[in-house]
Amino acid sequence: MKHINRKLTALACATAFATLSGAANAQISGNTVKVGVLTDMSGTYSDLAGSGAVLATQMAIDDFIAEAKPAFKVEMVSADHQNKADIASTKAREWFEREGVDTATELVTTSTALAVMKIAKEMNRVALMSGPASTPITNEQCNDVSVHYTYDTYALANGTAKAVTQQGGKTWFFLTADYAFGQALEKDSTAVVTANGGKVLGSVRHPFPASDFSSFLLQAQASGAQIIGLANAGADTTNAIKQAAEFGITPKQALAGLLMFISDVHAIGLKSTQGMYLTTGFYWDLNDATRAWSKRFFDKQKRMPTMVQAGQYSSVLHYLRAVKAAGTDDAAKVMAQMKKTPINDFFAKNGRIREDGRMVHDMYLAQVKKPAESKYPWDYYHIRQVIPADEAFQPLSQSRCALVKK
Amino acid sequence: MEIFGVPSALLGSQLLVGLINGSFYAVLSLGLAIIFGLLNIINFAHGAQYMMGAFVAWIALTKFGINYWAALLLSPVVIGALGVVLERTMLRRLYKLDHLYGLLLTFGLALIFEGFFRDQYGISGQPYEVPELLQGGVSLGFMFLPIYRGWVVVAALVVCFGTWFMIEKTKLGAYLRAGTENPQIVQALGINVPLLITFTYGYGVALAAFAGVLAAPIYQVNPLMGSNLIIVVFAVVVIGGMGSIMGSILTGLGLGLIEGLTRVFYPEGSAVVVFFIMVIVLLVRPAGLFGRA
Amino acid sequence: MTNNDSMFARAMPALMTGLFVLGLVAPFMMYPTFLMKMLCFGLFACAFNLLLGFAGLLSFGHAAFLGSAGYICGMLVRDLGVTPELGILGGTLAAGALGWVFGVLAIRRTGIYFAMITLALSQMVYFIVLQWKATGGEDGLQGVPRGHLFGVIDLSNNLAMYYLVFAVFCIGFFIIHRAIHSPFGEILKAIRENEPRAVSLGYDVAKFKLLAFVISASLAGMAGATKTLVFQLASLTDVHWHMSGEVVLMTLLGGLGTIFGPLVGASVIVALQSELADKVGSWVTVIMGVIFVLCVLLFRRGIVGELQALIRRSGVN
Repeated sequence: MKHINRKLTALACATAFATLSGAANAQISGNTVKVGVLTDMSGTYSDLAGSGAVLATQMAIDDFIAEAKPAFKVEMVSADHQNKADIASTKAREWFEREGVDTATELVTTSTALAVMKIAKEMNRVALMSGPASTPITNEQCNDVSVHYTYDTYALANGTAKAVTQQGGKTWFFLTADYAFGQALEKDSTAVVTANGGKVLGSVRHPFPASDFSSFLLQAQASGAQIIGLANAGADTTNAIKQAAEFGITPKQALAGLLMFISDVHAIGLKSTQGMYLTTGFYWDLNDATRAWSKRFFDKQKRMPTMVQAGQYSSVLHYLRAVKAAGTDDAAKVMAQMKKTPINDFFAKNGRIREDGRMVHDMYLAQVKKPAESKYPWDYYHIRQVIPADEAFQPLSQSRCALVKK
Repeated sequence: MEIFGVPSALLGSQLLVGLINGSFYAVLSLGLAIIFGLLNIINFAHGAQYMMGAFVAWIALTKFGINYWAALLLSPVVIGALGVVLERTMLRRLYKLDHLYGLLLTFGLALIFEGFFRDQYGISGQPYEVPELLQGGVSLGFMFLPIYRGWVVVAALVVCFGTWFMIEKTKLGAYLRAGTENPQIVQALGINVPLLITFTYGYGVALAAFAGVLAAPIYQVNPLMGSNLIIVVFAVVVIGGMGSIMGSILTGLGLGLIEGLTRVFYPEGSAVVVFFIMVIVLLVRPAGLFGRA
Repeated sequence: MTNNDSMFARAMPALMTGLFVLGLVAPFMMYPTFLMKMLCFGLFACAFNLLLGFAGLLSFGHAAFLGSAGYICGMLVRDLGVTPELGILGGTLAAGALGWVFGVLAIRRTGIYFAMITLALSQMVYFIVLQWKATGGEDGLQGVPRGHLFGVIDLSNNLAMYYLVFAVFCIGFFIIHRAIHSPFGEILKAIRENEPRAVSLGYDVAKFKLLAFVISASLAGMAGATKTLVFQLASLTDVHWHMSGEVVLMTLLGGLGTIFGPLVGASVIVALQSELADKVGSWVTVIMGVIFVLCVLLFRRGIVGELQALIRRSGVN
């Protein structure tokens, strides 16, 4: 009898617990919001995202707790996906299934981002992508739980190519990394150049990755184009820039970096990069707000933030605010809240998330300073132009995303 | 004037650029060939040692103000010394075993080196200025040649042929060659073969570091700069015939030229052409162009 | 010595049955996705071990088989809508065919030459995958549906998927086991120990090596194709030469030429990668390198090999 009693009590307890947790589910599971940072800690993108992105996330969480004093707890987990889609996929699945992570964030490199987006959709969680570059994220592969936050190849290629062509750089030659990503950059830029009255004289596809660019640069030189567009990224871009200076190609012909970060400029130095145009979503020295935040970041990281790291902060903060406002961590409700609320912080003014998951905000056309113009560490850019949000990103009318109603 | 629709000036400049790249291949594959010849070890860490050579030059310059010319000597000595330590403490234990263990050990070492530098210096790499004496360039009529690139070819050729001369024409080289053929007899003649082996490994590694210093002003000094290059250099060594000194030098230069031509006529294929040639050579001459079957 | 070997032989069926049962109940105790990854890489390492451990051929290009089969399987299932088992079969056959090409070119040489030739060939495969539009290049082949096994069983259920992976592993493992314990396996071992002698005995050595290579490549492909279904993607990582190095590490760590070693090695590496991902950040590569070096210098027999030696010694005492 006693035995049965005990069993009954246990059963009652279990039921009560189930009901309780069920009730909690409607609000915030486990009364904890868990933010997962899945990034490249060791590979090609570790300087532009990496530990800096983890720091930015922690800052966002700390600031959120300080400003909102939420009733729920906020935790962070982070992992190195080593740029491998299968590791990213396993980790994200494990986070969602076993550790109750509510959102997987950062996700630099498109292959890992695409993999995690799909899992987020399947498990009904949110994916916040600050690092990856490719446009399929908000086109063919788009879904309703994903936000592409900071930038994409369209915005960068478009911004740079348009501004440079309008300022008189009418003839172009492209140095293109020979894979889907480089070709997309070239295609997008070519369209912009022609639309603005410019002409593309030719292009050369170089293997990826390559280290010696002299052959390709000589071909670009022979073309006589005013502008050499670098449709590549990372070490390829830095090597091409360095060698262009070496062969005396710059400054006779100008380079336009179609995918460049401040970490690249920092790595190559102003001597070789001076005068280059590039598009960025964020520059630390833009105004008092950006400087204040970047200073905090710099104190811990000893580097100024890249746009990816700044965007990471902004996206996590926006997410946490939306969770609080919606009173739940349910992906659909949080997404609705996030899309409904404009984003206003040091990173974005009146940023908004479109139905295809694209966060649109003002972008900036920057020109790299001459060494003599740089007055203090990390004083690298002249901001030449603000590209309004509506013009910066791919218009919805061109979208190939199934969520966009036409 | 045009050749196959390509202006001859462009063709000439591409060949010259190919020769420059070939110089790097030659120095690197020469180091590999020497190590393989005497130790029978494929030094997978060669790319990492090349990278470390560049980094030593960079550290010397930024931390200690040691200039390029001193680094050109210092870096091979430092990395060569590290090689000596590796040989004494690790590689030495593997000589009696299957050669494959040497390959695996050096592969592990390459991972450690690259991982370490990546953690310390980040992935974007560090800039290294061309030394003042070699800045600028000359116009050759058909192209603008940076003086530094010209220097690379000269320095690489001098080192390569100097090494060849030392091995083929000097007494030390004779011991080396004899040690390769028959270590027991050479040992019996009173020559310290283990020391010879240690020295050889150190020298091969030093060559890699030398190439690294040469490369520093051209490429970004980057923790992964040797990681993909090493695979190409492997192919060069296989094509040349492993262990052949002159073979590795000539093949290195030749492949640079062929790669240069590919970059004009079919740029997309320029990264694969080396492997393509390797397959053909192996079908026709399994021992490589200069190797003994 | 022989006594002990026969002891191992007698213990083998019991051990296998035990592991089989363990495999059946494992998904209820451990995280299935993790187990599936372990089994896929386990099979990959076992296939590799057939070549290195039993035929003495070090291929440094096995990623080509893992990766290309993964891509083929992914394309078949995603773009042509075939059922998963046919996808796996297609991937396996493709890898086998590729293995034949590699084999024909590479088996003319031995030792280090062999390793470098396979490495170079796999680089060519890498470039093809990188540049071919259908593979998605750098983005990888994404969004491969798991589909319905035989058109019936829904594999989006993790448990169903696990048992498919487990079945594939068992089939692969069985094939390897049979190959090793057949006359074919004995000849392979004879070639490994003393090739001239095998030749003088009248064996067509090249033919046996080629066959071993093709089997190994096919099974590596089978692992790759299955892996694509599990993760619903194939990426450049699978064809990169680092993957070829990783499989060597797995095999070496577990125990070269042992039956279970590669599985153990693969499990350890997969577990390490997943655990280290959260904790050490950029030191993962360094730790892998250190394991490599330690294995080569101190534990050449690997985990299973050392264990066996330990048991042997205690058996003698």
